[in-house]
Amino acid sequence: MPVRMAETKIGLDGVRHVARLARLELDAEQEARLQHDLSAILEYIEKLNELDLGGVEPTAQVGEAGTPMRDDVVTNQPAAEAALANAPAREGFWFKVPKIIE
Amino acid sequence: MNNELFRLTISQAQAALRRREFSAVELTRACLERISAVEPKLNAFLTVAESEALIQAAAADRRLANGAPALCGIPIGIKDIFATRGMRTTCASRILENFVPPFDATVVARLREAGAVFPGKLNMDEFAMGSSTENSAFGPTRNPYDLARVPGGSSGGSAAAVAADECLAALGTDTGGSIRQPAALCGVVGIKPTYSRVSRYGVVAFASSLDQVGPLTKTVRDSAIMMRALAGVDPRDSTCSARPVPDYEAALNGEIKNLRIGVPKEFFVEGMQPVVDSAVRAALKRLEADGAAVGEISLPHSQYAVATYYLIATAEASANLARYDGVRYGLRAEADDLSELYGRTRAQGFGPEVKRRIMLGTFALSSGYYDAYYLKAQRVRTLIRRDFEAAFGACDVIVTPTSPTTAFRLGEKTQDPLQMYLSDIFTISVNLAGLPALSMPCGYDGNGLPIGLQIIGPAFGEGVILRVADALERSAPVPRRRPAAV
Amino acid sequence: MAASSAYEAVIGLEVHTQLLTRSKIFCGCANAFGAPPNHHVCPVCMGMPGVLPVFNRRVLELTIRVGLTAHSQIAERSVFARKNYFYPDLPKGYQISQYERPLCVGGYIEVPGADGAPRKIRLTRIHIEEDAGKNIHRPEASLVDFNRSGAPLLEIVSEPDLHSAEEAAAYLRELRAMLRYLEVSDGNMEEGSFRCDANVSVRPRGASELGAKTEIKNLNSFKFVEKAINHEIARQTAVLQAGGKVEQQTHLWDAEREETRPMRSKEYAHDYRYFPEPDLPELQAPPGLVEAIRAQTPEVPSARRARYARDFGLSAYAIEVLTQEREVGDYFEALIKAGVHHKAAANWTMSEVLRAANASDQPLIRAIPAAAQTATLLKLVEQNRISLNGAKTAFAAMCKSGQDAAATVSALGLAQVSDEAAIAEACDLVLSTETDKVAEYRAGHEKLFGFFVGRVMKTTQGKANPKVVNEVLKRKLAP
Ligand SMILES: [Mg+2]
Ligand SMILES: [Zn+2]
Repeated sequence: MPVRMAETKIGLDGVRHVARLARLELDAEQEARLQHDLSAILEYIEKLNELDLGGVEPTAQVGEAGTPMRDDVVTNQPAAEAALANAPAREGFWFKVPKIIE
Repeated sequence: MNNELFRLTISQAQAALRRREFSAVELTRACLERISAVEPKLNAFLTVAESEALIQAAAADRRLANGAPALCGIPIGIKDIFATRGMRTTCASRILENFVPPFDATVVARLREAGAVFPGKLNMDEFAMGSSTENSAFGPTRNPYDLARVPGGSSGGSAAAVAADECLAALGTDTGGSIRQPAALCGVVGIKPTYSRVSRYGVVAFASSLDQVGPLTKTVRDSAIMMRALAGVDPRDSTCSARPVPDYEAALNGEIKNLRIGVPKEFFVEGMQPVVDSAVRAALKRLEADGAAVGEISLPHSQYAVATYYLIATAEASANLARYDGVRYGLRAEADDLSELYGRTRAQGFGPEVKRRIMLGTFALSSGYYDAYYLKAQRVRTLIRRDFEAAFGACDVIVTPTSPTTAFRLGEKTQDPLQMYLSDIFTISVNLAGLPALSMPCGYDGNGLPIGLQIIGPAFGEGVILRVADALERSAPVPRRRPAAV
Repeated sequence: MAASSAYEAVIGLEVHTQLLTRSKIFCGCANAFGAPPNHHVCPVCMGMPGVLPVFNRRVLELTIRVGLTAHSQIAERSVFARKNYFYPDLPKGYQISQYERPLCVGGYIEVPGADGAPRKIRLTRIHIEEDAGKNIHRPEASLVDFNRSGAPLLEIVSEPDLHSAEEAAAYLRELRAMLRYLEVSDGNMEEGSFRCDANVSVRPRGASELGAKTEIKNLNSFKFVEKAINHEIARQTAVLQAGGKVEQQTHLWDAEREETRPMRSKEYAHDYRYFPEPDLPELQAPPGLVEAIRAQTPEVPSARRARYARDFGLSAYAIEVLTQEREVGDYFEALIKAGVHHKAAANWTMSEVLRAANASDQPLIRAIPAAAQTATLLKLVEQNRISLNGAKTAFAAMCKSGQDAAATVSALGLAQVSDEAAIAEACDLVLSTETDKVAEYRAGHEKLFGFFVGRVMKTTQGKANPKVVNEVLKRKLAP
């Protein structure tokens, strides 16, 4: 299974765009490394293009069909302290985050 | 025997505890001492919960006095991917280093109810992403057969701990081979049940449509005992099946006459270590000798499984890991505004492999690429599923090697993610199809490293898989070797 | 309005409405407004690691009820999807929503048009999703509360069938009334249980293609909807008139400055990366559920309006007032059922009932007397046992005291005297003391009749039946 990169499957701009969507701050070295790794993986994935997938339905799940449903009943008691126990920062019963700029 | 209680299997310990030959506290102490002795070499545990375990054991002893439940007093290690109420659950990630869940995963709650004792939380690849446990933020686990080698992954801590007798069994999860491959590399039994057979509630999600929970044990019988305790409907997991859970242990009757075993021709090809090939073929011969009919089958799309898997699993992971944002729990980086908070927390909290997969999955779902990557992979998933449906028209179980090689050296594949991915080549298609499969030892290579054999069944065919595995275990020409390095 | 007649506005609305369930959509936390922050939360709606959603059956039932009423097609199988984006109030980093396969497809809502004739506004879809939590912004930090996280929401998306701010507001009023009639939502805009985003574009009149649209978010009152849309139509028209191009943008409505402004987070161009939610199997309605709901679905405003016009011949204005809130119409109908004539019932409901209801902060049902008591009161008027003014006084008192009609009338001494003998006695008394005026009257100064009536009423402390007083006085003053 050859993994030498024949061509670049994703550019640095692409890497930066995806990193922004995924909210990952990357330095230049990481960007370059990811460009290389993702390109190699994407090239390997090209393999799927060998297949004729006309008329093949996608499979998203392999479990049994139908959603089990719960009754509309309140089963949880208020539990603010349990919710906030792991909070990195809080103010009273609120979670606190740095200022949001819209 | 009393000074080596940790060497027992579940079924041996069960019987002895009921006969009050020793107490659950003695058994737990033996395991905790074993942990202290071997952990400096292995690093299989991320958290050892000594006092909690002893309290649990004491409670188990009280229950043993008046008709105890199935796993009463049995020390079981928990992969650190399962939420444990009041006990740190890190998923081997910096981002969850100090996270203490206020709830138990359903399977953890079930084991508690069944009287199990939890000596601690086991190492793994960060967020279960990896095949060697080298991706743990807290250092790799080493293979108890050779400390220079990996235990496999992602449930490497679970496999190593069971192999090294630090606990009698362990919980693992398997998204693309994460129970079976480390079980193979560490010479233990591991089963990935049918998707939906075991609840995923409280299991930190990697790829939700592929993740399954299963046990790693020293024997096939122990896996059957564990499966009965773990499986079954859960009102907290909408994807969990309501089918009744059979008594898997009762079905271990050694009877495999006329059972049809399919061997996929595609699974014995290039890149495989010859000794793995010959060990699996020898095992097939033994099954044939016991009356099974072995025939060739074909799974023509299995060569596409790795590519398919890395699109679907990473796409789902990219969403599942979005919750680690530094707002409600977990690591928070210093930041002046929200955008910085997100970018830095996630940059500092996730390791390189997790970032790589988040990037790939985000890309596969992103505008303009969805059809070409994610949706295409879902269509190929349909073909892979159909392959298995067709194959199970002609056979009752499928046998393959679990992994193309025995345990590889630490660092050997870390620089080449794709080579690492390819070590799951035999296990991944099973997750894509949602089927049950088991890995068990079937011999040793020239270095004394265990070789794994995989038995795949049709959906909800855990019973037949266990029966075949049990028969094979009974016919084994040499007993299980103890790991040399510990 | 600023828009020049050379241009036409095209408006589509996306409404998010919270459903009236007891518990949240995917967990057993209370779906309740007004608790202290982060009290109605659990690992599931906090997005803790490893948690999974379990769907609330009631959400399916309520959505089907809305879909059937809006003439939508109810999909036999619909699919939940993840909508991925980062925001502090979104605990999982994705919202569970529906995308390619929503539960309700198509349909329409009938809105009273300007000319009184109903107009159909087509719907694209109605889908189910979970609400996010809430951020509040402080100068130095933002604070997050997850009580609302996981509240069940319907997103109701209209086709771009609306052409003015007034029309958009009329559609929203109709939709809100419908949801309240169906007891699906309380439609409370201040509390955020009924929220609206508007997609606004402007094109040269007669053009068939749509222009680039602006999405305006954060519209939380009818007044703001109208203002924001008018503002945006004017802005876009000005851009087009100046030969410019409208940019596709998302704007936030700034209620203080009364203008829209583009959101800064444009750099994260919306790429929600929807994909099927693997934690929830396809949503299938249990067999027979749709039919069962169809059989029970309550009347909606448009049907009620038609019925009132047909059965009672009420004016368009009266119908409008009586049908805007379901309880108002229900009360009106309860009065009729209790034997009040529909004209009297309509007048009373529109004046006294609404006055009392508006003055109270209680829901209508608790703010006013039971319909049976009001009917008793109105029958006393019909039988001339009390005056209309007396009835109003009694009603106001009953709203406060909760006492029944008979007790109130007697306690306030409002009973009317209709006994002819007693009234004749009072008339005689008045006429005997006002002999000069009687003479004037008889001499042809007929305007004085009112003076006599007034004196008799005063003598009887207002309790005399005015009709009888009239008759008796006419007789006695006759030459
Ligand atoms: Mg929405
Ligand atoms: Zn909750």
